[in-house]
Amino acid sequence: MLHIKNLSKDLGEFVLRDVSLDIERGEYIVIIGPTGAGKTILLETIAGIYPPDSGTIILDGRDITGLPPRERNICVVYQDYMLFPHLSVEENIGFGLVSRKMPKDEIKKRVADAAALLSIDHLLHRSPETLSGGEQQRTSIARAIVMDPVLLLLDEPLSALDGQTREMLRKELRRLHSLYKITVVHVTHNFEEVFSLADRVAVMNDGDVVQCGHPDEVFRKPNCEFIANFTGVENIFSGTCIQQDGASAITVDGLTIISGTCKGDGEVCASVRPEDILISRESIKSSARNSFKGTITDIENNGVVIKVTADAGIPLVSVLTRQGYDEMQLREGDEVYLTFKASAVHIF
Amino acid sequence: MTSRIKPDLCLISFALVGSTLVILILLALLNITATQLSDIPFLLQVAQDSRVTDSILLTFTAGLNAVIILVLLGTPLAYVLARTHSRFNNIIESIIDIPLVLPHTVAGIMIYLLFMQRGLIGAPLKDVGFIFEDAYPGIVAAMLFVALPFYVDTAREGFEKVPLHLENVARTLGATRFRAFSLVVFPLSIRHILNGCILAWGRAISEFAAVIMIAYYPMVISTLIYYRFTTGGIKESTAIAFLMILASFSVFVLLRLVTRYVGRYDDRV
Repeated sequence: MLHIKNLSKDLGEFVLRDVSLDIERGEYIVIIGPTGAGKTILLETIAGIYPPDSGTIILDGRDITGLPPRERNICVVYQDYMLFPHLSVEENIGFGLVSRKMPKDEIKKRVADAAALLSIDHLLHRSPETLSGGEQQRTSIARAIVMDPVLLLLDEPLSALDGQTREMLRKELRRLHSLYKITVVHVTHNFEEVFSLADRVAVMNDGDVVQCGHPDEVFRKPNCEFIANFTGVENIFSGTCIQQDGASAITVDGLTIISGTCKGDGEVCASVRPEDILISRESIKSSARNSFKGTITDIENNGVVIKVTADAGIPLVSVLTRQGYDEMQLREGDEVYLTFKASAVHIF
Repeated sequence: MTSRIKPDLCLISFALVGSTLVILILLALLNITATQLSDIPFLLQVAQDSRVTDSILLTFTAGLNAVIILVLLGTPLAYVLARTHSRFNNIIESIIDIPLVLPHTVAGIMIYLLFMQRGLIGAPLKDVGFIFEDAYPGIVAAMLFVALPFYVDTAREGFEKVPLHLENVARTLGATRFRAFSLVVFPLSIRHILNGCILAWGRAISEFAAVIMIAYYPMVISTLIYYRFTTGGIKESTAIAFLMILASFSVFVLLRLVTRYVGRYDDRV
């Protein structure tokens, strides 16, 4: 639906270098990358705020590279809400419809619908400054989706919110997306958002998209060292979760991992911190619910700690102290047991 | 046992030193007020002199006229300066500030050379019947020139305070850049714009040197006070000066009251 071809833009401080990206209708794409990677400028160039130095943007077969923002029907939600402080919540949500010269009663109806959808219908008469962060971001999302945009751009929409609100709004975004199949490009630096929201993830660095694909694929098989280092998160897997004897069993590529924190059945993502995984030569009897046999595929010496990767059907990474490593004399190809408690499995 | 809170010596000593300036202004005001109130009949007589009231009115009106032109021409300039970051911006901002650093007589000569009947701008405009020399337009031109930096700088600061992202949101919501300016940026800078107007107006009505060079007549209040000072003496000119203080003070208080209730949103962006 949206084809970005060889897009370049130099804003001095931020740059885009020859970015190409294809987005399908109804897709939820998450763009992740370090600060200064050019994520926001990519969104703003797609929205038409900046004309690109070179490259093309094709939307539904139409070249929109030179169109002003208002003729694109692409809406943006920023991290810091960017509500108009001199307008009420209702006027904020209706701002775009007024620009479209829609009849007043039609605007009122649509604003009310959008507000109800985001559970802020009781706040319509309020001034933005009196709202909590979560309510402000809901208003700003309502202001965008009331326009029925062909593409919704979210620039770190959850980053300014506290943990619980962030979680709620993340679910809300997922609900909105599955309800309306809006095409979304979501910029973040948070990995949980990638795994819980993204159909595909694009990793950006230094003004370019370095890898794009299914989250599992990108994080399991990073195509360059930058992604491997940047993601830094080990032991992420997705699978099917079912409730079993008060705990949850997640089936990942045939392997069953027990977790203490799963809230329900269905597709989930889970992670285990490498320092929570115990490596042993022999199978050990303990209260830990997860123990797998695997073969060491990689040993990485980082000085103070040693990172050991073992293939147990899925790759599992564990870290050892130098002393522990020396005593065990581990080598690549060795068979080991990897043990971790159900409570160490973090589900998101 | 509670320990005594030590007084903040830094703040106290600074306040004592700084109060000298406040006292200086108050002393000057009290002094002139005392002399004037001691001879109220004379003050009333001067206040009824139509040459004095006409002059005050002329000064205020010409100042207002200059401010209106400044808003029309200076607002777009301030917005462009606030929203672009080319290397020319510094140069243009420096040019805008030139009237601030010039002696007023120098500004007066520059204005005179441009707007006199044989001047670069004055000559062609004279042909269409617009004369600056010793006329109202000359007063406005001089006031405009010296007041310009005050308005443009203040308005630019106001525009810079409005987050660019706010404007971007408006533009993605179907607004043209003109519309984003008038519906979002302008309303959120209204206090800065009003402050710029007040500063520029204050600067305009206080101008003397630049005004007399192009337009000695009709006499603005500064010219009239100086004229009476040199011809009628200190008593008469002081009375006019005191009346001007009262008039200016009332207008400023009124404007401050207005700005207090306008543009409260400025604080939120």
